[in-house]
Amino acid sequence: MALDKAQIEQELANALSAISKAADLDALKQIRIEFVGDKSPLAKANQALGSLEATQRAEFGKLIGQARASVNSAFELRSNDLSDKRDLVALQTEKVDVSLPVRRVLKGGLHPLTILTNEISDLFIGIGYSIAEGPELESEWLNFDALNIPADHPARTMQDTFFVEPIEAKLVLRTHTSPVQIRTMLNQKPPIYVICPGKTYRADELDATHTPVFHQVEGLVVDENIAMSDLKGTLDYFAKSIFGNNVKTRLRPSFFPFTEPSAEVDIFFNGRWIEWGGCGMVNEKVLVACGVDTKKYSGFAFGMGLERTLMVKHGIADMHDIVEGDVRFTQSFGVGIK
Amino acid sequence: MKVPLSWLKEFVSVPVKATPEQIAQAFVNVGFEIEDIEYQGKDLKGPLLVGKVLSIEELSGHKKPIRYVGLDLGSGKSRFVICGARNFKVNDLVVVAIPGAVLPGNFVIAARETYGKISDGMICSAKELGINDEHTGIIVLPEGKVGSDAIKLLEINDVIFDIAINPDRGYAMSVRGLARELAAALNCKYSDPASKVQVKKLNAIKSSKAIPVKIEDKTGADQIFIRTLDQVNTKIPTPLWLQRRIEKCGMRSISLAVDITNYVMLELGQPLHAFDADVITGGLRVVRANKFAKLVTLDKVERKLSTDNLLICDANSALALAGTMGGLASEVTSQTSKIALEAAHFDPISIARNSRFHKLSSEASRRIERNTDPALTEIASARAAQLLIDLAGAKYLGSSSAGLVVKPRKIKISIQKVSELIGSEYTSKQVKDALNLIGCKITGSGTNITVEVPTWRPDLVSTADFAEEIARLVGYEQIPLRLPTGKSGAKLSTMQNRKRQIALMLANQGFTEVINYPFVNQELVDVLGFTGDRAKSFKLANPMAEDFPLLRTHLLPGLLTTLSRNINRGAKDLALFEIGSVFRNISPLNKIELPTTERKPSQKAIDSIYASVPNQLLFIAGVSCGEKYLSNWQGAGSKFEWSDAVFKAAEIIESTGNKYEVIGTDLAPWHPGRCAEFKVAGKVVAHAGELHPRVIEKLNLPSRTCAFAVILSGLPEAKISAAPKIWSMPAAVQDIALVVSKNVAASDIEESLKKGAGELLESISLFDRYDQIGDEKVSLAFTLTFRAADRTLTAEEVSGYRDEAVKRAGKDCGAVLRA
Repeated sequence: MALDKAQIEQELANALSAISKAADLDALKQIRIEFVGDKSPLAKANQALGSLEATQRAEFGKLIGQARASVNSAFELRSNDLSDKRDLVALQTEKVDVSLPVRRVLKGGLHPLTILTNEISDLFIGIGYSIAEGPELESEWLNFDALNIPADHPARTMQDTFFVEPIEAKLVLRTHTSPVQIRTMLNQKPPIYVICPGKTYRADELDATHTPVFHQVEGLVVDENIAMSDLKGTLDYFAKSIFGNNVKTRLRPSFFPFTEPSAEVDIFFNGRWIEWGGCGMVNEKVLVACGVDTKKYSGFAFGMGLERTLMVKHGIADMHDIVEGDVRFTQSFGVGIK
Repeated sequence: MKVPLSWLKEFVSVPVKATPEQIAQAFVNVGFEIEDIEYQGKDLKGPLLVGKVLSIEELSGHKKPIRYVGLDLGSGKSRFVICGARNFKVNDLVVVAIPGAVLPGNFVIAARETYGKISDGMICSAKELGINDEHTGIIVLPEGKVGSDAIKLLEINDVIFDIAINPDRGYAMSVRGLARELAAALNCKYSDPASKVQVKKLNAIKSSKAIPVKIEDKTGADQIFIRTLDQVNTKIPTPLWLQRRIEKCGMRSISLAVDITNYVMLELGQPLHAFDADVITGGLRVVRANKFAKLVTLDKVERKLSTDNLLICDANSALALAGTMGGLASEVTSQTSKIALEAAHFDPISIARNSRFHKLSSEASRRIERNTDPALTEIASARAAQLLIDLAGAKYLGSSSAGLVVKPRKIKISIQKVSELIGSEYTSKQVKDALNLIGCKITGSGTNITVEVPTWRPDLVSTADFAEEIARLVGYEQIPLRLPTGKSGAKLSTMQNRKRQIALMLANQGFTEVINYPFVNQELVDVLGFTGDRAKSFKLANPMAEDFPLLRTHLLPGLLTTLSRNINRGAKDLALFEIGSVFRNISPLNKIELPTTERKPSQKAIDSIYASVPNQLLFIAGVSCGEKYLSNWQGAGSKFEWSDAVFKAAEIIESTGNKYEVIGTDLAPWHPGRCAEFKVAGKVVAHAGELHPRVIEKLNLPSRTCAFAVILSGLPEAKISAAPKIWSMPAAVQDIALVVSKNVAASDIEESLKKGAGELLESISLFDRYDQIGDEKVSLAFTLTFRAADRTLTAEEVSGYRDEAVKRAGKDCGAVLRA
């Protein structure tokens, strides 16, 4: 086969023109056979190179190579274009409305008190506390006597306590989680770093801010050189972890039979001071009843209502929402992932 | 306690610029919570004048009797007003609001026509003036100049603080104590009202007519003072200044003698009682009730006495419930002329018992329970006696007393120890200043000082007690912040982790957690048909609501109640769960003697306390109804059924790493044919299934409501498990269909197939169940998957294993291959 520059250029022009005119992928497939494949004029010209002299072979080889490269590239481009066009049409017809409601399983959720308890447990575990728990139906000795609340002390009437029959069994529904503190001190030697979250009971009627069954978290530290400044620092850490770094804390002098000195802890949150809980240095009488060497050790304790903490944190106006178990309320908290 | 600012100011030099809010804050800073601030007279604008009733014209023919009253207001001209009250007569002094005056509630007084007359003002009641709740009649003044300003006369403009007093601060239940605290908080001058009382002058007067006194029960009182007065004029009304002060403190004016005892109690903190001395035979005695069985108290209630009640008696009879309430027989009345004033330092516990036994809490008992100042008996009785002399024209006869001489205690404290306990370095000047403010006297220098503790502070004993006083007066805000950290390696216990993870698992599967009250009633227990341990409830001695007197033995009563509540509020598809303790009254409750707290009890005593507390199982339970897979625009969903509850129980048990056996059982409140019982290591740990239709009907629940209950605390802690070997050679799968009697449990067949198939069986699953083949038989189709560690299994090998499996199922369960 004789090679002719003009003809090669003509073949190139023919191929490019055919490719650009291909209307769809099927047409392009035909064009591939005709202008790109082994039987195309340019492929044939390439095969004819072998019969040329060396000087001509180089010249024509370059010419044919460039022409074939141009054709291949044009083919690829056209092929991609046509594929895109086909997809565009086909996938458009499969379009759905992704805003349609798609939930087909029930929404679940943890009770916000559980979420809060988990959060508090984690932050205290982070500073080396264990989580101590104890029974809700509890011995009077552990709930009152050991906490320096003797039978005739006015403090004992401060709390309306649920007793179970017979009274002689001296069992009460614990009025605070403090009996867990007592059990901890009776059962283990200092250093003690624990929090005691749990259910507690006082005979208050359910209203917007009270409930006869509620939850507390108490903290207890007994170690060498524990001072009220440690209590203050711990409460500030606790408050900031729960309410955010902008929260402020303050202590106000108060009274509890089981602490001396005693204080109320307030937080400054959302522009006002709010009473949050009680605290103080563990009363020596309590340490003595639990066999703690008061020459070597001192301690602090604190206690907060979890319902109250929740109400303040989330702006819950009515206690009924927390106790009634309406799923709409609980599900709004999810499982506590932020 | 309620206290008016005007009274506090008598003993505290309050800075002129201090606002009531700043004063309230000062109280809060030193540990006294302010429950309320009442601004008396704030909404009241005059003119409010003292008027004298000149004439009363009764107007008839109206719905109620009405008076048309002529008044002298000092202007020389009578003023006429309409008045509906009837508790006054001509010449009485009354309070008149003149047109232009504004009473609380923005009640503007104007001349107006009513009942056919022009009413040119209003005669006021105490309630209308906002000074107390008395509204049964208008105010009739005991004194006052006609036409003078009644606002001033009644000292209406005042600020009243309602202050919460902690039980350890009995001394603060008085103007004396609160004034001292306010002076300390504001750092201004204080003068002690007790030091102004002229005790010596009265003590010098002695007479044989004075009533003698004895303390016969020394555990009941250690100090008593009796002052006897004669010729008391009981006709004299209480002067306005005194009446108004006790009213502002929240007490009512009764009669001059009683008002004086109350006034002195409010001022100094010492409860006093006035006896009609003519009733007393012999002398007064402090005794226990013992043989005295009854006493009629001032409130006209006949009280049955307990033998250990503390009483004041004369030679023959019980006269008063000591420190709590006087007796009716010795009450001071308008006929009384001779009075014995009693002031005692009673044992707080004895009075607390008096008060609790008779459910009688009085102003006196509340103070004595919190401990009174023993040095006050002499002073307060003298103060009251002097007031009776000055105001009631009484003649002082003399005094008698019994008991110990009161001496202040001296205690050594270390400033260094105080600083260590608070975590703040206090200087000796700070310590001395603070302790001086509360009435202590300090001697010594350096870190070890001696503190003379005032008689009104019996609460100050240990270093911690003084540390609190020093810290609060220097200011809690000055204590630095320090964050101590505990032991490394702290983590959740197995049970805590179990609770947390399982709750999270259920919540992520569409269950909503609830936390129910553990109170139930017998009716609900009966509906659920609980038997055995689950029927053994604890009864509350003092339930909140009479209709919920029992503690729960199971979580289902609460869960089903909450399920109903949600349904009543419109929910249809629900899945709820709860984790909580249950209380079963299954071991005998013994009477227990509780040990002292003065030292750690013996291990034996501790163990017996622990043993006295019933074991409380921790349960997790759930209930579900309606759709688990929700119907929507895509199509129909599917409903919760027994298998979901069974699966949930199984999943919970498995999540703890435990293996279980499951069998069908009949246990209320479940459906007798649709209840699974789970056992771990031979012990029952869970039940699950569909509820009994009758339970569903009685509780008005949706049909097919399901429930599961797992004893979380009954699941053993699993050992660390070895990881399974994962082989990558190809698996060989064999399907088989077996026909078996309906009475054979699927789990038994599965177990037989496993045993027969040999150790290369990797998994087995039931993929079809057909129960319409008749003859009380059912067809079960299983997929068996085999895999070897080291080779591809041949078809012959695998069908051999399959045949062995079928053979075993045939032998164990009578299963045959389905034709």
